[in-house]
Amino acid sequence: MNIAVLSGKGGTGKTLVSVNLAAAAGKSTYIDCDVEEPNGHLFFKPEQIESEKISVKIPLIDDALCNGCRKCVDFCKFNALAYVGSKVLLFDVMCHSCGGCSLLCPQKAISEIDKNVGEIQKGVSEDVTVVTGIMNTGEASGVPIIKNLLEYIPSSNESVFIDCPPGSACIVMESIKDADYCVLVAEPTLFGVHNLNMVYNLVKLFGKPHGVVLNKCLEGDNPSEKFCIENRIKILGRIPFDNELGTLNSNALIVARESDKYRAIFTSLLETVTKEVQHETAVNS
Amino acid sequence: MKQLLILSGKGGTGKTTMASAFIKFAQAKVFADCDVDAPNLHLVMNQSVEPIRSDYYGLPKAEINPDLCVNCGLCMQHCRFDSIIEDDGYTIDYYACEGCGVCEAVCPAGAISLNPAIAGELMLYKNDSVFSTAELKMGSGTSGMLVSEVKKQMKEAAGDADFAIIDGSPGIGCPVIASISGVDMVLIVAEPSVSGISDMERIISTAAKFQTRAIVCINKYDTNIVNSEKIEAFCKSNNLPFAGKIPFDSEAVKAVNKGLSIADVDCASGRAAREVFERTFEIMFPITN
Ligand code: SF4
Ligand code: SF4
Repeated sequence: MNIAVLSGKGGTGKTLVSVNLAAAAGKSTYIDCDVEEPNGHLFFKPEQIESEKISVKIPLIDDALCNGCRKCVDFCKFNALAYVGSKVLLFDVMCHSCGGCSLLCPQKAISEIDKNVGEIQKGVSEDVTVVTGIMNTGEASGVPIIKNLLEYIPSSNESVFIDCPPGSACIVMESIKDADYCVLVAEPTLFGVHNLNMVYNLVKLFGKPHGVVLNKCLEGDNPSEKFCIENRIKILGRIPFDNELGTLNSNALIVARESDKYRAIFTSLLETVTKEVQHETAVNS
Repeated sequence: MKQLLILSGKGGTGKTTMASAFIKFAQAKVFADCDVDAPNLHLVMNQSVEPIRSDYYGLPKAEINPDLCVNCGLCMQHCRFDSIIEDDGYTIDYYACEGCGVCEAVCPAGAISLNPAIAGELMLYKNDSVFSTAELKMGSGTSGMLVSEVKKQMKEAAGDADFAIIDGSPGIGCPVIASISGVDMVLIVAEPSVSGISDMERIISTAAKFQTRAIVCINKYDTNIVNSEKIEAFCKSNNLPFAGKIPFDSEAVKAVNKGLSIADVDCASGRAAREVFERTFEIMFPITN
């Protein structure tokens, strides 16, 4: 059972929900795909860390062989190459590693070398396997790291919780590819509804079964709840706005491990999600 | 024109809340929302006019003409993005295609063409002020280029304004790199949580890579005083100017839900934001005589 946790934006409690669901599930895997700002490991504080460096291919130009035909420069759709002072220069952050320039160079002056863009760390925290992708600062895209991260999904049928990057861009689509179910986390504000609407459209576009967790619920109107009711989106649970929870969480503690009260909230949320997933599999089989 | 960019390393820290307050305090005539993945600024910057809309074309996407295709499979062999699907002939996975053009270049039958694809929409509000924003279409990947377009559109419409305030994009990836380029200063909105500190450090190092001056403020500082003190100490030991701290304020949530900024209502967070604003502007526009 692969469960992706999404939100239109950061800060809505995506990490709170995914970390605590994994903790409540017991033996499970937590994968942090928010490679620009991975935070899950700050909560789990995993041990026995093994790490794997992630690299992409970038071109290496042999000036001695290059005759200045500029075929590569003309080809590169991402403006990663320029011909300056009788030399081809590479702007490596712009390079998408498509391999086109080396393929097309008539002089065979371009080869490819590895460039490190980040790493993946795997460790354990109690019975949760914690896998974190970390993108180096100054890099443009985390997609290569996410592709590698998803290989860490175990083949056993244990539960996997995928903490997705915020937003609805390509990087999020990559992260939900293998998900059986999507949990959307929403805040009770006008911004919250706007952001929820975006991820809601995304999961619909990809035909992923989904439900919403309302986070930071205050007394009074909840525009996100209204949105769910109007669009007949399943509300999976509500997490109250609560100072104690807020403090535990801001100190990077796993609330489900700290108190029975919070453990109960996430255990019941997990049960609801599990039921939904089973229901979906039954309907679709 | 000097440009102040507001960043946070992550969304949800109150970046847009701060940006909208700054725009009001400064009576800014020029502003922009560079969070093209999930723009929010327009929700609290009510505009009296309809925006001028224009389509934004991202990178083109490949398309295979089945009549010309001779099923050699070369395109699939060379596509690094796994965007060619083989199933009763070859087709392109629109969302996976990055428009690099390798398939077009290797196809011996000339069956592949790269066609322009609409990846989003730019919006420009022009009344007594200029407000540039955009929204990326679902699943489009090239948000960095759209961010550059938002800034370009802003600059072209700005006239002789002295300064602009830009609500940045979350994260540290390509949209953020695109929003930092060319700005004079970055205001980093940090949250006093362990995650918030980690995000802040990553965005500070990103700004430093692009040699852009940074100033820090803390939002919702009273939700964790100990961590707030850590952030202040961090700034001190790294010689980063500190602009102040804003309390958690349920009035702020109420204001936002009414489509107002915290500068429009009398509230604790609004008062604190004004001080942050004044300190930021003092540093951005030093008195030089
Ligand atoms: S590999 Fe592709 S993106 Fe990178 S420089 Fe060569 S042509 Fe450009
Ligand atoms: S390379 Fe061209 S001819 Fe060959 S399979 Fe691809 S589209 Fe068809």
